[in-house]
Amino acid sequence: MHSVSLSVNGASVQAQVEGRMLLVEFLRERLGLTGTHVGCDTSQCGACTVHLDGMQVKSCSVLVAELDGAEVRTIEGIAAPDGTLSPLQAAFQAEHGLQCGYCTPGMIMSLSALLADNPKPSEAEIRHHLEGNICRCTGYHNIVRAALAASGQLPGGGHDASA
Amino acid sequence: MMHPLDVTLPRTLDEAVELAQDDDNQLLSGGQTLIPTLKARLSMPARLIALRAVAGLSGLRMAGGHLCIGATTTHATVARDAGAHYPALAALAGNIGDPSVRNRGTIGGSLANNDPSACYPSAALASGAVIVTNAREIAADDYFLGMFETALDPGEIVTELRFPIPMAAHYVKFRQPASRFALTGVFVARFATGVRVAVTGASESGVFRWTEAEAALNESFTPDAVEALSPPALRMISDLHGSGEYRAHLTRVLTADAIRAILA
Repeated sequence: MHSVSLSVNGASVQAQVEGRMLLVEFLRERLGLTGTHVGCDTSQCGACTVHLDGMQVKSCSVLVAELDGAEVRTIEGIAAPDGTLSPLQAAFQAEHGLQCGYCTPGMIMSLSALLADNPKPSEAEIRHHLEGNICRCTGYHNIVRAALAASGQLPGGGHDASA
Repeated sequence: MMHPLDVTLPRTLDEAVELAQDDDNQLLSGGQTLIPTLKARLSMPARLIALRAVAGLSGLRMAGGHLCIGATTTHATVARDAGAHYPALAALAGNIGDPSVRNRGTIGGSLANNDPSACYPSAALASGAVIVTNAREIAADDYFLGMFETALDPGEIVTELRFPIPMAAHYVKFRQPASRFALTGVFVARFATGVRVAVTGASESGVFRWTEAEAALNESFTPDAVEALSPPALRMISDLHGSGEYRAHLTRVLTADAIRAILA
């Protein structure tokens, strides 16, 4: 067993884990943070995307035993404590950026990492950034619109969630 | 779920080298290939030696006219920090996999694994890079021995990659869109001493130098010089994504495209 001490959505967590435990298993099964989804379990789909020390990673391809001292943020840590949605989440709602919703937590985590680095990404940059996030419903157009709206770039009546 | 295993995080290279001598142990760098492999139980080591915490293995620096990149430097860091010195290498790194893979996967891990469709082997071979390990320095021309095969001895650890900087270079990747690996990729590097062309994703022997194209380009650095050649006459990978003939054809097309991009 391995002892780890890390921060998850701002809260300190100490745990004993097996060497083989994946971050996504730890989040879902130990901490009950089931907003992080397992879509493929083969590191293709991006539904399990979380932030590790501020950078997006696929939590199905990271071992918890390597994470002593790390900071993890999940979809549960994106909205304000009072439940107010982040501008990106609000834009997903306004632009109908989801159909079945299964990929949505990963999409939000991936796009929030993009917007933190690049506050006004072009449509091409958004699509390039989403290469590792698969939407089985093929709802990409509205997902991209949501990212444009959240960055205040949707002209002609788009919902500017950053306003 | 993968089989039960232990994870050790050595702090020094000496400690990592000692642990790596045990055949039941497996080195772990970024894990973006290895962890999915372990989950599929295609490999079942007793212990992973995670290189993440080993001091001195990460980051970029210029030394002796070479861009020196620590083995555990992520693709995202190379994409961000190599551009000022070697733009074609930074561009290659910025198109590996996807953002999450680039934040975790490492250059040393990629070169130690030597996937026949990975991007970095073509850059290392075309650049004439030096692969530095805990024990020695290996020229790229002597390093790549075939699919997933390298000159590394068991337990030998890649510590740094040293890239000579060409006058001009360009990498063209024809992506296999589901995996985002190269269906075929060509890296062209033009040095004062000559042109080097390395091809990944195509040959059953892994990354290779297309020497006929190099000779033609040393005579005339034009797309026409490449387009006049026959495709490389090696055994090419044939799979459901493309025939060997198709990959040989792509090699010529992408090489000419790389030349056009350099001349543009």
